[in-house]
Amino acid sequence: MASETTIDDTEIEKFQAMAAEWWDPHGKFRPLHMLNPCRLDYITAQVAAEFDRDLTAPAPFEGLRFLDIGCGGGLLSEPMARLGADVVGADAAERNIPVARIHADQEGLAIDYRHTSAEALAEAGETFDVVMNMEVVEHVSDPPAYLRACRELLRPGGLMACSTLNRNAKSFAVAILGAEHVMRWLPRGTHDWRKFITPDELYAMLEVAGLEPVDRKGFVFNPLSWSWSLSHRDLSVNYVTTSLRPAG
Amino acid sequence: MERDADVLIIGGGLNGAALGLALARGGLRVALIDAQPLAAQRAPDFDGRAYALAVASIRLLEALGVWQDVADRAQPILEIKATDGRAGEGAAPFFLHFDHGELEEGPMGHMLEDRHLRLALQDAVAAEPGITHHPAETVVAQETGPEGARVMLASGGAVAGRLIVGCDGRASGTAARAGIGRTGWGYGQTALVCAIAHELPHEGIAHQFFMPAGPLAILPLPGNRSSIVWSERDEIARGIAALDDAGYLAALRPRFGDFLGEIALAGGRFSYPLSLSLANSWVGERLALVGDAAHGIHPIAGQGLNLGLRDVAALAEVVIDAARRGEDFASLAVLERYQRWRRFDTTTLALGMDTVNRVFSNDSTLMRLGRDIGMAAVGAVPGLRRRFMREAAGLTGDLPRLLRGRPL
Repeated sequence: MASETTIDDTEIEKFQAMAAEWWDPHGKFRPLHMLNPCRLDYITAQVAAEFDRDLTAPAPFEGLRFLDIGCGGGLLSEPMARLGADVVGADAAERNIPVARIHADQEGLAIDYRHTSAEALAEAGETFDVVMNMEVVEHVSDPPAYLRACRELLRPGGLMACSTLNRNAKSFAVAILGAEHVMRWLPRGTHDWRKFITPDELYAMLEVAGLEPVDRKGFVFNPLSWSWSLSHRDLSVNYVTTSLRPAG
Repeated sequence: MERDADVLIIGGGLNGAALGLALARGGLRVALIDAQPLAAQRAPDFDGRAYALAVASIRLLEALGVWQDVADRAQPILEIKATDGRAGEGAAPFFLHFDHGELEEGPMGHMLEDRHLRLALQDAVAAEPGITHHPAETVVAQETGPEGARVMLASGGAVAGRLIVGCDGRASGTAARAGIGRTGWGYGQTALVCAIAHELPHEGIAHQFFMPAGPLAILPLPGNRSSIVWSERDEIARGIAALDDAGYLAALRPRFGDFLGEIALAGGRFSYPLSLSLANSWVGERLALVGDAAHGIHPIAGQGLNLGLRDVAALAEVVIDAARRGEDFASLAVLERYQRWRRFDTTTLALGMDTVNRVFSNDSTLMRLGRDIGMAAVGAVPGLRRRFMREAAGLTGDLPRLLRGRPL
């Protein structure tokens, strides 16, 4: 896709460097790269089950319109576009948009990246089959209002994947002390533990927003294999949910 | 960039063909580029070469639909006897004995002649619509970049894809062109390989005699025949290789012993200088190495092809899983998963085999005593013995799906 930008060459070089940084598996975004296969496995499995798609077929998500909220460099948008989906990537941070565009161009992927918010997209009447709402809700100021906007963005029968961090003593130890202070995986202050949400609280909020929660699983880090996996039982730190907008 | 295929496999031998089948069955388009002409891969006569296929390798071949074509030509290995010995002196009092009765998976492996396996793989490749075969084509250059990968052929053509996989052996041109160096050393030993016809039945028993100059393996083939892997010091091996058939057999007889009666040659004679050769990296930008291209190890216990097929199963699984979740399957982040999965396992085995060979290729009295006691100790403890057997059968560790006989 040709990027519609009016920025000059030095800006483009800067954005190229930032794109390379976003996509460097050993760089600043290493924790996201490590978690990403697990997030993708969850989303692809949920979407395939709900929309009856065969993941072993080419372009299984053809004809489905996806929204990636907080798209960053496009770590979720690009895989979904590769699987055939029409993808809109939205980010509130303006500088992420040209960065994501440059990388998608390199990959030959057509993705509609926009500097906008869920609320603004809902206001404009945009609708989607799938909303990817990953590691965002713990950063917004009014989660119930935000989730209502997410519901508006879903077509009837549409699916939202929403992940966040649980609020308990363990998540404080792991996500704040461990990830930010000891391992330095994330800059200090990335997360405010008080804004973390327990799975039951999230389910309740989704229901109040008019969505039907249908699945929740944990993302669990195994320090021996140095990789993440999905867990049916352990939702103690990172977890993900699927909810549907009821048809009709 | 216009792409002819998703994956460009350089080297159409056993590993290259198996990888091509695994990837094509997983939905990727494969170009298989092989320097050998088709006729060389399909030579019908027995040339004396054979493989000891571990249980896990057979499961992979089953999952690829290849084993069914060759199963009735394979010889099950029912027992393995490892003995310390010196030419003319017979076996030492202690020896290791592995019996498949101790292993729930059945035979510890199968012996299969090279020609049968090669032909079955070539037939499967020819019948697979997802593979474009380029036989008798030499790669002269390759390039990789953010947009993809491309190889240039000696015939003047070029093939473009997303990922290059080198299955081109320990002298891998793919690795050399990518600037990947190698670490390794020679052993001063040469393996003499041939097939022997013998008077008495082998009863499905494989023998490994640890001789001072190097190990001698006698592996059962169908009928009254066995495959021989006979290691000697380089200068002695050169002398033996230069002998005529009668002289060769005369040199083998005192080492082989007379437990199978009269022996005669049943195919051609080969000699392979033994060396360890490990690639310094198994992956690069849009590039991965498989089999001997990544790790040429000492061929004790016939682990070379089995290790290669483990690489095939792991790489195919990593790449296809990545493609199905929408990742760029040729990205370094994905390829490093393959390297992490396989490299530790292989380097451990390579260095382990290296140590075994150094300890056993030695004639000092103390060493002999030490290893006899060691073998007796392993042999006396059923749990330890079974662990050795499961390791040799390829049934340990975090197994890729294909090695468990499951499709991708």
